[in-house]
Amino acid sequence: MELILFKNMSSPGYTPKISSYLEAGGYQALEKTLKEIQPDQLIEMVKKSGLRGRGGAGFPTGTKWSFIPKTPNLIKYLCCNADEGEPGTFKDRQLMEKDPHQLIEGMIISCYAIGAHTAYIYIRGELVHATRVLEKAISEAKAKGFLGKNILNSGFDIEIYVHRGAGAYICGEETALLESLEGKRGKPRFKPPFPANYGLYGKPTVINNVETLSNIPHIVTHGGEWYAGIGVGKSTGTRLFSLSGHVKKPGNYEVPLGETFRHLIFDLGGGMLNDKKLKAIIPGGASAMVFTEEHLDVKLDFEAVAAAGSMLGSGAVTVMDEETCMVWATLNLMHFFAHESCGKCTPCREGAPWLYKIVHRIEHGEGKMEDLGLLADLCGNIAGKTVCAFGEAEVAPILGTIKYFRNEYEYHIREKKCPIHRSERLATIGFPG
Amino acid sequence: MISETAKKQIGETVSRYPEDQKRSALLPVLHIVQYENNGHLTEALMTEVAEILEISPLQVYEVVTFYTMYNRNPVGKYHIQVCRTLPCALMGAEKLVSYLEEKLGIGCGETTPDRLFTLTEVECLASCGTAPMMQINEDYYENLNKNKVDKILEELRQKAK
Ligand SMILES: Cc1cc2nc3c(=O)[nH]c(=O)nc-3n(C[C@H](O)[C@H](O)[C@H](O)COP(=O)(O)O)c2cc1C
Ligand code: SF4
Ligand code: FES
Repeated sequence: MELILFKNMSSPGYTPKISSYLEAGGYQALEKTLKEIQPDQLIEMVKKSGLRGRGGAGFPTGTKWSFIPKTPNLIKYLCCNADEGEPGTFKDRQLMEKDPHQLIEGMIISCYAIGAHTAYIYIRGELVHATRVLEKAISEAKAKGFLGKNILNSGFDIEIYVHRGAGAYICGEETALLESLEGKRGKPRFKPPFPANYGLYGKPTVINNVETLSNIPHIVTHGGEWYAGIGVGKSTGTRLFSLSGHVKKPGNYEVPLGETFRHLIFDLGGGMLNDKKLKAIIPGGASAMVFTEEHLDVKLDFEAVAAAGSMLGSGAVTVMDEETCMVWATLNLMHFFAHESCGKCTPCREGAPWLYKIVHRIEHGEGKMEDLGLLADLCGNIAGKTVCAFGEAEVAPILGTIKYFRNEYEYHIREKKCPIHRSERLATIGFPG
Repeated sequence: MISETAKKQIGETVSRYPEDQKRSALLPVLHIVQYENNGHLTEALMTEVAEILEISPLQVYEVVTFYTMYNRNPVGKYHIQVCRTLPCALMGAEKLVSYLEEKLGIGCGETTPDRLFTLTEVECLASCGTAPMMQINEDYYENLNKNKVDKILEELRQKAK
């Protein structure tokens, strides 16, 4: 398979410098855009490509852009979501550190499409290295006339700025991101109004993920039909999957949509660590319901994963072997969600710590059978009743593990202990090696 | 007190946002100020930031308390943050934490008496394919094992001398 997003960085000697990118044909898509393509045609082209957002929800990118009002002289913004906080996801970091100009070119073209003259890259605060790479790349692009006033004599002005977050998972949610960018606590806004009408500073705003935007130059170069020809059905193009957990070769893999989990885990990922048996797969980041061995042949496409009861989410695939206690794994994730709830709405603010406490007592042999009903009840009172989709996310680990591993919960409750002795278990894996 | 050098940096940062949206610079400005003050923020600094950005101290304070990267208490010269989230936990993050606690003689959230190291557990740092991992100040340390940790701590101790 021909790589798209990882193509440049996989060739020997490639660096994040603009010279490498130019040598690889970089910024030609931008020149072509400014010379030959009208903003409307560009939006049509992206619609035709079938590209869907890589941040989690999979919303069609061209359609999202088309919601931006066409009113001339109205200030509009583009925000690149580089908050990458979904547990298991580490692809955007690689895209930014290894090929920053691919993203920047994608952002410039996207700004032209929606008529924005200012764009912000909201990057998670911990990614200091990626921030430096991006800052450097922006100044290189500016020096070459790709950024700034009247770029390439087109009459089009554009500035891109990097904005560092400060360690709050919720700022990856698009409206929380906007609040944070405005210098406030990152608390999601009620929708509607949607950012396309009321976004940053109340102006029309598009928010797109790093990977989504990095695809844009390639779509311009090769055309929407070309992109739509890769993948299956409504899941077009390639996707970066972040493979982690108990596999021999964890890492980011670029795969055409429509391949299977088996291909990703066993062919690309080298199979199970220490050749243990596979027990569970989280198919799309912590917010996705767990899969089991029986789902290995499910296709890596938005619809297929949804039909099988989960979601492709952020493209993070975490693999667990037979010796993993699923109650322990769930407890770990509930700690995450309880910690990261922004506190704006009651079901989530109160519910997440409750869920954590109940799973905690089950894992520690102090649970009661009624707790399983209580968990289900609580989940039902959180999902769909919150300001943002974090509510659905936090119940997913519980609903998924109770669905497929109810027996493990029952064992903990009945036997008043965890079947897997953690200290012995830990001695057999990665650390201390 | 915020230094003149930092104030210059702050000026550049503020210029990235529309003139009537100075407040937007708050998060990056707090990073600059915290960095200069050895990794933590004081009330006096927060008030100064408020003055520079023409907002109320309360607006600064509510932001500082929301985001985990801002420290309101002094931290050691090296702030060790170990990722505890599932992909890292599957690869032994719990054991990594206890090993560090043992080696440093402190618990999570504590600082060594020589003020060299602060240890904290944090959530996923987008480095799950190279688990277990930790961040020390600005740098990532990945695919950790006992030997690597020993070496890293030793190197930092030497550097601090
Ligand atoms: C709780 C929560 C966290 C999110 N975190 C991220 C994130 O870290 N990165 C990201 O790109 N999108 C994240 N999203 C999705 C964004 O809200 C938004 O849909 C996305 O950035 C849109 O870009 P796309 O259309 O290119 O996918 C998150 C959503 C929710 C509800
Ligand atoms: S669902 Fe949770 S994270 Fe989302 S707004 Fe409500 S409290 Fe905040
Ligand atoms: S889980 Fe540790 S870096 Fe992602």
